[in-house]
This record gives sequence, C-alpha cells and structure tokens, in this order.
Amino acid sequence: MKYDFSRKKKRDAVLDLLLIAVVLGICGFLEANKYNYSYAISIIERSMIYAVVAVSMNLVNGFTGLFSLGQAGFMALGAYVTAILTIPVSQRPSVYYISGINPLIANLSAPITLALILGGLVAAACAALIGIPVLRLKSDYLAIATLGFAEIIRALIAAPMMDTITNGSYGLKSIPGFSSIFQVLILTVVSIGLMVLLINSSYGRMFKAVREDEIAAEAMGINLFHTKELSFVISSFFAGISGGMLAMFMRSIDSKTFQVSLTYDILLIVVIGGIGSVTGSVLGAFVVTAGRELLRFFDEPLTVAGVSIPLFRPGFRMVIFSILLMVVVLFYSRGLMGTNEFSWDGIFGFFRRKRKAVKAEGR
Amino acid sequence: MNEVKENVLKMENVVMQFGGVTAIDGLSLEVNRGEIVALIGPNGAGKTTAFNCITGIYQPTSGVVSFKGENLKGKSPDCITRLGIARTFQNIRLFSNLTVFDNVLIAKHLRAHDNVFTATLRLNLKEEDRMRRETEKLLREQDLYELKDEIASSLPYGLQRRLEIARALATSPELLLLDEPAAGMNPQETQELTDFIVKIRDQYHLTVFMIEHHMDLVMQISERIYVLNFGKLIAQGSSEEIQNNPEVIEAYLGGSEDA
Ligand SMILES: Nc1ncnc2c1ncn2[C@@H]1O[C@H](COP(=O)(O)OP(=O)(O)O)[C@@H](O)[C@H]1O
Ligand SMILES: [Mg+2]
Repeated sequence: MKYDFSRKKKRDAVLDLLLIAVVLGICGFLEANKYNYSYAISIIERSMIYAVVAVSMNLVNGFTGLFSLGQAGFMALGAYVTAILTIPVSQRPSVYYISGINPLIANLSAPITLALILGGLVAAACAALIGIPVLRLKSDYLAIATLGFAEIIRALIAAPMMDTITNGSYGLKSIPGFSSIFQVLILTVVSIGLMVLLINSSYGRMFKAVREDEIAAEAMGINLFHTKELSFVISSFFAGISGGMLAMFMRSIDSKTFQVSLTYDILLIVVIGGIGSVTGSVLGAFVVTAGRELLRFFDEPLTVAGVSIPLFRPGFRMVIFSILLMVVVLFYSRGLMGTNEFSWDGIFGFFRRKRKAVKAEGR
Repeated sequence: MNEVKENVLKMENVVMQFGGVTAIDGLSLEVNRGEIVALIGPNGAGKTTAFNCITGIYQPTSGVVSFKGENLKGKSPDCITRLGIARTFQNIRLFSNLTVFDNVLIAKHLRAHDNVFTATLRLNLKEEDRMRRETEKLLREQDLYELKDEIASSLPYGLQRRLEIARALATSPELLLLDEPAAGMNPQETQELTDFIVKIRDQYHLTVFMIEHHMDLVMQISERIYVLNFGKLIAQGSSEEIQNNPEVIEAYLGGSEDA
C-alpha cells in the first residue's frame, strides 16, 4: 500500500516536470520564432490573461457562492492604472495631444510589476468600498450593484472632466507591451498560483463553507460579511492585475475595451470550464479564446458555386458562438471540469474509462 | 464539594414577534452548568425560535438573553459561537458538498491564530497542523474517522446528525444546543443517541439544552424540562413533575403520546 502510494507520487512528480517542460518548450519555440507565430502567440497570451480573470471570478462566484458581475469594471481600473504608470514619459505629450495631461500624473511612472500591483490594489480598494454596503444584502443585489459599478467606471473613464487623466474617448496608446511570452506566463502562473493557494487554505475552506450554507457557516463562528468581503476584494485585485495585463497585451485601450460584454465573456469561460474548478477556468479560457478565433471563418463572406451565402457576414460568428454556449449550458451544465481539478489520476482514470467503454461497445 | 449552581444560560421575559405573529411570548428560563435541560412542546410552539433568539439568528423583540452573565443583545451568530454556544439544526445543515473531515476542520478555524496572508503563503503550518490533528482526534472519538473522506451529503441520515454534532463540538463550546437530535430515528437509534448525549456531556464538560419530541429520551436524561405552548411557558420541572402536570398532558402529551 505505502509503496504503491509513493510510486504514484513519483510518477506524478515526473509527469508534472514533463508538463512544465512541454509548456516551457512550446513557449520557447514560439518566442524563438515569434515573427512566424505572432497569431498563435497572441491567442495564447490573451488566453492566459483571460485565465487569470476567470479564476478570479470563479473565486467569488464558484468558491464563495456570490454572484458578482463587476469583472470588466475592475479590469478597467487595473488597465488604466497600469497604462498611466507605464506609458513612457517621453511619449505622453503625443498620447494626450488633444486635451493635455494632468500635471499630477505627467511624470508619474512605475516599473511594470509595480504598476500591475498598484492597478490591482486600486481595483481591490474600490471593491472594498462597494462591498461594505452591498455584501450585507442578499447575493442578487451584488450582481446588480457590480454590474452598475462597472458601467459607472466606464462612464467615468469616458467623461470629459477625466480627459487629462484617461484621455477620454481617444483612449490610451503607446502602452509598453510584454517583453516576451514568458513574462505573460510568469504573471499568469504567479497570479493563479496564489489564488490556488488561497482556495486550498483555511480561508478558502471558509469561502466554501459560506457557499454551502450561510447559516451553518455563521454557526461555526464564520463572520459572513468579513469572509465575503475578503473573497470579493481579493478577486477584484486579480481582476485588476489581469486588466493591467490586457492593457499591456493590447498596447492601446479605451473605455469600450471594458464593456459588459467583456464580463460576459469571462462568465462564459467560467461556466464552460466548470463553476468551482480552477483548472476548468484555465481550460475554458483557452477553449473560448481559441474557439472564437476559429469561428472567425463564419465572419468571412462565403461563396458556394457562385452563390454568396447571406448568413456569412461579420457578427455571424457570435451567433454560432452563442448557440454553442447554449448547448453547453443546457446539456453539459457542469462545464468541462464540473467542480473537479486536474490530476494525473483523473487523466488516467478518464482514459481507462474510455478504453473500457470502447471495449464494451466492441463486444 | 459545594453544589452552587452556576448559571450558564438565562432568558428573561423574551418576546419574539414576526409582524403580527408572536412566536415567543415572555419566555424566562435558566440552564445551569453541567445540566441537561429539555425544551418540549407541540409543533409551532416556538422552540426553534427560542434557539434562534439565543444564537443571534433572530434579535428578540424584547427581553434579555444572557450567557454566563453576558448580555447577548446585538451580537451576531458567529460572535455568539465564539463565546461558547454551539448548535445543531432541526433540518440538518451540513456543508453538503464538502468532506466529513472538512466539515469539522472548518469549525476548528474559530480558535485558530492566522490571517489570510499567513494562510495563503503557508506560514501558518503549525496552526493548520494543530487544526488537522484536533479534527482527526475529534473524528476518532466520534467514530467518524473511517468516513473522513466521504462527502457529507452521501452519509446516511443518522450519521449526518452525528457529524453535525461533531462539527458543533469542534467549536469547543460550553453550551450545546440540540434541535430535535432524534428526529427521524428509530427506538434503537434514539436509545444510542440518549447515551451519546450523556457521554459527550461528561467527556467535553458541556451543558446541554435540547429540543426533543422523543419522550423516553427526554425523560431519561433531562435534569429539568421546560414546556412551551403557543410561545408561552406552561410548565417546568423534573420529568415526574412534567409527566404528572395536567396542563402539559392536556396541551402536549394528551394527544399522541402515551405518557
Ligand atoms: N422567520 C419567521 N417569520 C415568521 N414567522 C416565523 C418565523 N420563524 C418562526 N415563525 C413562526 O413562529 C412559530 C414558531 O415556530 P418554531 O419556533 O419553528 O416552532 P417549533 O420549533 O416549536 O416547532 C410558528 O408559527 C412559525 O410560523
Ligand atoms: Mg422546531
């Protein structure tokens, strides 16, 4: 028994190392040939950024059982803070050429990591303020309040009196990009890693207790408000980080980048991956981001035997996408992973079951 | 050996109204250290409401609830648990999708010294280790250790009740409130539960205040019994006194039970 156990551990460790090597290998290969694979790189980078915010949304919605829809707003805060702090000072006059730059921020700059963290902290601080009145109410109010908050943030960003800070509807450009795909990888792994550590800690257990039964959680000495606020604030911190990463990825942002549809995209990822599964969210981020690109085909005009098919026009891909989503939600409502997490045992078990099923059919 | 009774729980003239409904109407009672006291009465009498007033789920409309002399007015349920009152629920409320082990482990966090940073960065290993060891010990004492990896909702009903009691014990209470612990149990299970309640009272130095319908259980182990009807206290005393009280027989025992 004991021997078998440690052998399994060894096997898992070897497989873990192998997986890490493969990921690093792929990233290294792409980085070395980045001019040939810029499209693939951009899909992978966007997937990683979405994975961070999807896991953060899962932390609140999946693990704590709250229904928050403010992701786009918190991402916007993180993105703008990061952008304002990292656009090179020499380029600022040309970015803010319409209405000028507020002297307070004209020379304010920070290295990338610090800028991202500050962006996360601003998002977290706003979350704390919204949370104080709203988290004492029933969970439904949180959805409405956070949705409203995200729109208010967007309106503020585009408001004329903010022009010298956010550059209004012209948005911010010349945001320094990532130095390499490894930078995105490291930021993603560290962010998600911290959230996984949290989820598996004594505080993560309290989040789950609140999700399972609020009255019982309280009877076990868990302060509902503090616990919800903690989860909400930490989730928003990482949403802010991912917003900052998105700003660096896109190099230019404006208030339209952070519409409600962005939140819905993230929600989609969480649902498709499995509410309450971190690996599900990561997987979902890749599936949804890559799937969306593959479906781009439907946006191109299609001509079959000289007849142009009228359905195939820009926007049609979103229709297909929505239908696929509905199918998933209706027939596969637990998502790709349910509430399970990735494990090698799970993988082997999956294939063993598959093989058995095939054998059974063969008879 | 002086037998001075130390008062643990005291309710004085507690009234609880919901809109026009008066669920509890001037309830006064006392529970002393080390006692097993029962609260009985027909369905809808206000027993569970009384528990909810003690544990902070409801704030009484008027009257005072105090624990070891401390007024509980305005205190939240988690705060009251911290003071040393634990409870179970009439309709079992476990963390259904979590394991037996995690159900108890969560309750252990109440007395832990860590914060979200030390916990996330695993700088609280000593505390975490202590919580896990105590959980293991408690589960072994409660004969639930073999089931530690089972999902709570997958346990049979009787074991879910046992787990709920174990989870309450994990908060290290002085006063344990049990809301119909024998509900849905057959006579043999009820007898086991009866012995079990006495055992945990002695083992963990508890004071027990319970709501129960099974009269054999109540009569066997309760030092004192309070009888509630339509939110009002109609009788109190030892099991003999209650059994022979005509008003109680009329209100409660007369109908279905053959006491
Ligand atoms: N939250 C509430 N709102 C309105 N009425 C309530 C509430 N809780 C309990 N009651 C009422 O209080 C009365 C007593 O209920 P309860 O304490 O559950 O009775 P018991 O536990 O003795 O069977 C019932 O009439 C019930 O409808
Ligand atoms: Mg009741």
